[in-house]
Amino acid sequence: MAAPNVRTSSFSRNISVVSSSPQIPGLKCGPNGTTFISTGIRDLDRILGGGYPLGSLVMVMEDPEAPHHMDLLRTFMSQGLVNSQPLLYASPSKDPRGFLGTLPNPGSSKEDKPIAPDLDQGESLRIAWQYRKYMENQKSSIDDYSNDFDMRKPLERQFLAGRPIDCVSLLDSSDLSVAQDHCATFLTKFPRNSSNIASIGRIAIQSFCSPLCEYSDKESEMLSFIRLLKSMLMVSNAVAIVTFPPSMLSPSSSTRLQHMADTLLSVKAIPDGDKELEKLLTGYKDINGFLNIHKVARINTQVPVILEAKTFSMSLKKRRFLALECLNQAPVDGSSGTSYGTSGSCSGSSKSGALDF
Amino acid sequence: MDRSVNLLDLALGFDEPSPLRGKVVLIEDCVETSGSFVLHQMMKRVLSPHSSDALIFLAFARPFSHYDRVLRKLGCNLSTQKTNNRLVFVDMLMMKCSDGDDNVSGVAKLFREIQGTVRKLGNVTNRNITVMVDDMSLLEIAATNSNSDHVLDFLHYCHTLTCESNCSLVTLNHEDIYSSMERPAYLLQMVCLADIVIKAEPLASGLANDVHGQLTVVNKGMISSKSGKGSSRNKLQNFQFRIKENGIEYFYPGCSRS
Repeated sequence: MAAPNVRTSSFSRNISVVSSSPQIPGLKCGPNGTTFISTGIRDLDRILGGGYPLGSLVMVMEDPEAPHHMDLLRTFMSQGLVNSQPLLYASPSKDPRGFLGTLPNPGSSKEDKPIAPDLDQGESLRIAWQYRKYMENQKSSIDDYSNDFDMRKPLERQFLAGRPIDCVSLLDSSDLSVAQDHCATFLTKFPRNSSNIASIGRIAIQSFCSPLCEYSDKESEMLSFIRLLKSMLMVSNAVAIVTFPPSMLSPSSSTRLQHMADTLLSVKAIPDGDKELEKLLTGYKDINGFLNIHKVARINTQVPVILEAKTFSMSLKKRRFLALECLNQAPVDGSSGTSYGTSGSCSGSSKSGALDF
Repeated sequence: MDRSVNLLDLALGFDEPSPLRGKVVLIEDCVETSGSFVLHQMMKRVLSPHSSDALIFLAFARPFSHYDRVLRKLGCNLSTQKTNNRLVFVDMLMMKCSDGDDNVSGVAKLFREIQGTVRKLGNVTNRNITVMVDDMSLLEIAATNSNSDHVLDFLHYCHTLTCESNCSLVTLNHEDIYSSMERPAYLLQMVCLADIVIKAEPLASGLANDVHGQLTVVNKGMISSKSGKGSSRNKLQNFQFRIKENGIEYFYPGCSRS
């Protein structure tokens, strides 16, 4: 083999670019020269392959019967504040700043486990002991990037005080020019130049096409706002997440918005007390709602990301921490209602019994 | 057979030089399956080192850096082509048509820019110029603050280029936007004018790792002059594809290699 340090090939990798690892916390290098920031939900980070890539537009389709899009917004905003990233929040409420009081606080879903048991188990697990430093290393690197959020505990003051947070009410103005100006001035703070990333911005817009807003009947204006937002994002180090109620829009405008999204998600309520579904899904009682992943951002590449499952159940672990799981189909007879079980992981199907092995 | 010619190239007639001369190509896709990879492949074909063809690219959907990276993986360096004057990349991301008289001139200005570039590029003999629009629906949003006729006008003007200067026009549009409404005039015109319609759809059976979707190619007016077998090509072709970083695999349904 050739000596590792001598590069004989004419194809040499530009080391200086590769080694410029993110200096500020909350960033992760992705494929094709992209950089991820965390969604605030670890499971979602994992599913999306790292998080939301910088410069991408995330659209979330709301379900009028479920408020789960708010959870996605909350964790996204909290994660940014914990990593001290500037935030712009716009919503059709009179007092958008009040929403900051509902943001979840970082907590560790595993904290109570590792501290106590690790110390007394350390003696008995001698082989594993030497790997402990690796585990700790791994843990700290992950914690830099994303946190678990305790949905029941409001975000501590220290994360809010003195942080650059811009809140805009979409109710105030008759058109979107105010919101557009806010976004434009906000995004000029994070220009994308070379490989150095100085700071990251997060934009969260809630219920974008809400009928409460005066402009809600001007669809072309809303579309052109999103188009310009997307264009501005592409040249800045920021991520915007926009939730919108598709039922309030004409189908063609809704499809246009879906096309413009880099990452497209939708949330759905779970019908309460649905006997058929209860039989079909294990852990039906713990499931709060469903998250559908329609599109995963593909920046700088043409290859689509094929997920093993598109539908995930949203539940609260220990009633506090948001978790996403593939749907686990309980083994049932017949194939009725398979439309719910889009997951690829339902291996324990009763059908296999019919095969002669 | 030349290994670099795949099923889509054959359907478009790329086994002969400059098959798209004076042709209008329409690519249609939907939310589930993006058709942008067809554009990438055609960009690569147009800018291939064996010809002197030139490309005018109107980017509404993605910045140059994106296309540069994607095409580099396909083996085509856009920056070099730019300096060689074979590629004119027009960044339309921030295009805005303000109200009033300026609105009229927004799209008209764009067309005059294209026309000027076509004249400038066209002085090389035997050069075919291709105009590509990577997202018509975004052009529509950008131009239709008051009136959707501007897009139709733009399209007509671009069509005159195909007759006048033997340019090719390649556009990408999202078909599913219009599925729930009466199709706007410009879209009907586009389908009518198009010589080749390429439609990208997801598989009916859902997402799969080794088959990313299917393409339907309708080639309306292709008569191969040399071989005389053109009549057999005048038809609808259907095949499936798998997108990879360095190229796209095409195969007939059921013939996936993996």
